[in-house]
Formats: sequence, structure tokens, C-alpha cells
Amino acid sequence: MRRLFRTDYRQDITLFRSNGDRFWYAVLAVLMIAAPAVLGEFYIGELGGLFIFAIAGVGLMLLVGYTGLISLGHAAFLGIGAYVNAVLLKQDVSFLITLPIAGLFTGLCGAAIGRPTLRMSGLYLAIATLAFGSIVGTVFQKWESVTGGFDGFPVPTPYFFGLALDNATGIYYASLAVLVFVLLIAANMLRSPVGRAMVAIRDSEVSAQSMGINLARYKTLAFAVSAGMTGLAGALFAHYVRYLAPDAFDVLLSVQFITIVFVGGLGSLRGAILGAAFVRLLPQFIAIVRDDLPFGIGRLPGLEPSLFGLVLVLVILFQPQGLNGMWLKFTAWFQEFPFKRQASYRRQKSYARSERLR
Amino acid sequence: MEDAARLLQLAINGAASGCIYGLIALGFVLIYKATEMVNFAQGDIMMLGGFIAYALIAKVGLPYWAGALLAMMITAAFGYVLDAVVLRRVIGQPQFAVVMLTLGLGFIFRAGAGITWGYDSVGFATPFTNKTVKVAGMVLGQDNLSIIVGTVLLCVVLYLFFSKTRLGVAMQAASQNQLAAYYMGIPVRRIFSLIWAISAAVACLAGVLLSPVSMIDVNMGSLGIKAFAAAVIGGFGSIPGCLVGGVIVGIVEQFAGYKLPTGFQEVTSNVVLLLMLLVRPQGLFAERMGKRV
Repeated sequence: MRRLFRTDYRQDITLFRSNGDRFWYAVLAVLMIAAPAVLGEFYIGELGGLFIFAIAGVGLMLLVGYTGLISLGHAAFLGIGAYVNAVLLKQDVSFLITLPIAGLFTGLCGAAIGRPTLRMSGLYLAIATLAFGSIVGTVFQKWESVTGGFDGFPVPTPYFFGLALDNATGIYYASLAVLVFVLLIAANMLRSPVGRAMVAIRDSEVSAQSMGINLARYKTLAFAVSAGMTGLAGALFAHYVRYLAPDAFDVLLSVQFITIVFVGGLGSLRGAILGAAFVRLLPQFIAIVRDDLPFGIGRLPGLEPSLFGLVLVLVILFQPQGLNGMWLKFTAWFQEFPFKRQASYRRQKSYARSERLR
Repeated sequence: MEDAARLLQLAINGAASGCIYGLIALGFVLIYKATEMVNFAQGDIMMLGGFIAYALIAKVGLPYWAGALLAMMITAAFGYVLDAVVLRRVIGQPQFAVVMLTLGLGFIFRAGAGITWGYDSVGFATPFTNKTVKVAGMVLGQDNLSIIVGTVLLCVVLYLFFSKTRLGVAMQAASQNQLAAYYMGIPVRRIFSLIWAISAAVACLAGVLLSPVSMIDVNMGSLGIKAFAAAVIGGFGSIPGCLVGGVIVGIVEQFAGYKLPTGFQEVTSNVVLLLMLLVRPQGLFAERMGKRV
């Protein structure tokens, strides 16, 4: 049985809680760096895709899981990042410059769309981002002089100090580096006053405001950072798919991102990565069992979106803490052994909070 | 003169599609006013309603009116069960949980409809299909007129229901203050489920009215996004507001398709929605004591 005995306030905000954590994260880092030497090309490619989704997932987690705002338009930010990166690369700008520009530009777009809509409740934000995503998707299709329309847009090969990142391993390492960068930013934000303000806004806007938090500023900041991270993911995504098609960035992709956040578990960065793993593995799993399912279920055209929908519904109804919650319960069972009781994780009775009279 | 008639015809077509948006928005607003939930699956419930009507009229062979009425009743029962079984469980969870839950339900409905009725567009014969009337030198489709008349009739029925019947007044009470309504002996939970039932029936009516104009298919639920524009213009809490909003969106969309280059028509409703949020987020018909969002 392990007890965390805190003797210092600094222990509340350290990146790693204990030496054990440090050790296991170091092991994980070594494994990730060594993975391309062991695993085949296919698995490395899939892992790269997983990392890209995890980057977007971390961005969205800051927004949904920590600030309590919902966005149904993050596929548009992914698309903006992807097209900005690809168009700039075509102008012979270095990848080292296009990648940050893709992130910054997308972040600015996020601030621009967030600033007016964030004055309102989360519901309106969901609707506004849905509309925004739909508009951006149409722009990708119709602005043919830049995006190539439905003919698609071949993404130029990026060079990293003269090294061509044209194979799965290159994308893998680039995505891994960006993911670690994004995770560090998120973790550092969350242990700083900015992150505390975001969490306070999530838990109660009224009390956050009465503690002197500027709601509009922190909400816009959260939205911009979230969009920027998704833009970075988009830049890498462009290289991952190599050929940009405008209809890839639709509502379904936004729902996949939201699924990452909900299935992973709201309010945990680990959850964003677990959720990304789930979202990337589910289609693979479907592909494997497709032929073995009875009654031709595997051949149905709308199978994948409906499964995402079903998973979302089941998670929200029965496991609101998501995969991260399951992991925490699992480890707690060992840490508390043998003191786990039926009532340990019983949910408290909760009541609807009215947003009307305020 | 020719041009004026053309413009008027465009306006009437726009008003007809706007009435459909308004009807879907009406479903959002009824549920939102009562439970503060927003049903992102409303468009998909309309799709289900349309398919149920198709099954009853084209497959079973019921007459149009009986089939439409029965379809509305079945969809209403579906809405009741949906609330009682699924949505009642998430009371107390954050609002965006409901958003995601209903979005997920929408995807499931689409798959369910696809499995049951297939992914092809279907339609059924209505008394209004391909018939026209001439009014003052203009040729108007009866299908479009039937949508407008049906919407107006529904509004009258709903108005009478909410203001004259015991149940309607109880629903108003539950919408305004749940706790006070509960103390007065109103079974708030059952009332909420009934409101879901009404909203589902309205969606079904929208699907039935729409069927002569456009075919019924699995993806017709995406009209829901346009209905959001209608609801936001109306102020998201006002029943006449959302119908007016729907008509505005419909007409603007028709004229955008007529005047502007291709591609603009698809985004008009979204642009209108965003502009409305920028300029007047409380909507055209904000309630006086209403929610400041």
C-alpha cells in the first residue's frame, strides 16, 4: 500500500509525483524511441497516426476536460493546420518554419472564432463551432486555386536539416517530438495559475469570476491554445496522409476528436492519449473482425460512425470518467488492497445546475 | 414584372423550406425550454419519422392521412421512451455531456434506419406531389404550400394546447420552475418525457411534410444544423421566434442560391448563424426575463 505524504506545497505542482513515476516515464520514453528498431513499418505508421490524434486530443482535452467548453469544429482546425503547412511547404518554406506557423495561425483562427462566441454559454459554443466547421469544410472544397478542391492537394515532402521525412519512421519521430512538446506545454499550463483559472471556470463560472478571473480572456486563451495544438496535429496529419482531400475534415472527424476526450476520460492528459489509442484502434479492430460477424453486420456502410456514437453513449451513461477512470480504479485496487469496497466509487447523487437565472 | 413574380416564387419556396427548419427548431426549443438540454439528434428523429411514415404508407399501404397520423404517434412514443430510458440518466451531468450523448444517439439512429430501410433515398405518394396551383399568374407547388399550411396549423394546435389544456399549462409550469411545479403536484419527470414526445411528433411531421419536396434518406438529419440557425435567430427560447427564424433562414438561402455563385447557398445558414451570434446573441425574440447566455 502506497501513501503519498505531502510535506511541501511544491509537491502539489511537480510534474512527476514520485520517483516511481519518473522511472516508469523514463522506461516509456526509451521504449518509444526504440520502437522503430523493433516494430514493422505498418505498426510504426499506425503509432504515428495515434500520436497525431493524441496531439489533437491533448489540445481538445485542455478545452473540454479542463475548461469545460465544447467544440464540434476541431476537424476544421486540423484542416487549417494541414493546408497552411502544405501550402507553405509548396512555396519552398522550410518545414521547421511551416510547422510552428501552422500551429500559430490555427491558434489565431481559434482566438478569432472564440472571442465573440465565448461570451455565451457552452451550448452556443457547440453550435457556433459546428457552423464554423461546416463553413471551413465548404471553403476547402470551393477555394480551388489554393486547396485544389476535390482534386486533392499533394503534400510536399518535409526536410528536417536535410533529412527527408518521407517514410513512416520520420513521421513517427516528428509526431512523437511534437506530442511530448504539447504534453509539456499542457502539463505546465495546468500547474500554473492559467490552468487553475481554467479549472475554476469549468467548475463554476460564477465563483471563478468572483475570484477575479477574467472569463473571456482565459476562455479565449484556452480556445486558442487548443486550436493551435490541433493545428500542429494537422500539419503532421498532412504528411501522414500525404494527399489532402477537402472532405476529410468533416463533422465525423470532430466527433472522433470528442470521442477521444470522452472515452479517454475528461480532465486527464493521460486520458487524451488513451482515448486517441482507442479511436485509432477501433477501425483496425473492425477491419479485423469484419468478416467474422454474424448477419453481415460487418458489411454495413454506416458501421463505424454508429459504433463511435454507441461508444460515446455508453461511456457517458456508465463510465463518465472514461478509460483513465478505469485505469485509476484498477491501480487503486492494488494500492488499497484489500480495502476496496462496493461503495468506494459510487457516484454521488447529482442535480442539474440551471444556467437560467444568472 | 417577370422578375417580381420570380422573386416572389423564390420567397415562397424559401418560406416553405424555412418552415421545415422552423419545425425542427421548434423541437429543439420545446426541449430546451423545459429541460435545458439541447437535442442534437432532432434532425435524425425527423429522419426516423419520415421513414416510419414511408413504411406505413408505401409498405403497409395505409392512406396518407392515417399513415402520417400513426407515424407521428409512433415517433412520439419513441421520444417518450428515449427520454425515460436514456436522457433522464444524465440529469446533473454537465451540459456538454448531453450534447455528446444526443450526437451519439443521432449516429446510432442513422445506422438503425440504414439497417432497417436501406441507404437509398425513398419517397411515398402524397396528395400534394407534383400538383400546382396558379395564384395571380404564379405557379406554386402544392407541396410547398402544404408545408406552410401544415406549419401554421400545427402552431395553432400547439398554442391552444399550451394555453388551454391542463397538461399544457402543467408543461409551461414545469418549464418555468421545476421545483415549484413539483411542489404543486406536477409529475415533472413524466411531463419532461411528454415534452420529448411532442417534440418527436413535431419532428415526424416535419419529415412527412418534407417528403414530397425532397426524398427521405438516412442523411436528411443534417438539416438539423440549419435548424440551429433558425433557433438562434429566434432566441433559443421562443416558439414563434424559431419559426420566424426558420423562415428567415429559408428565404435568405433561396436568394443566396439565386444571386450568389455556387457554393454560397450551402454555407448561408451557417454564416447567418455566426453573424447572429456576433451581432445579437440573444436572438430577435429574447424573453424579457430570459437567460443571458
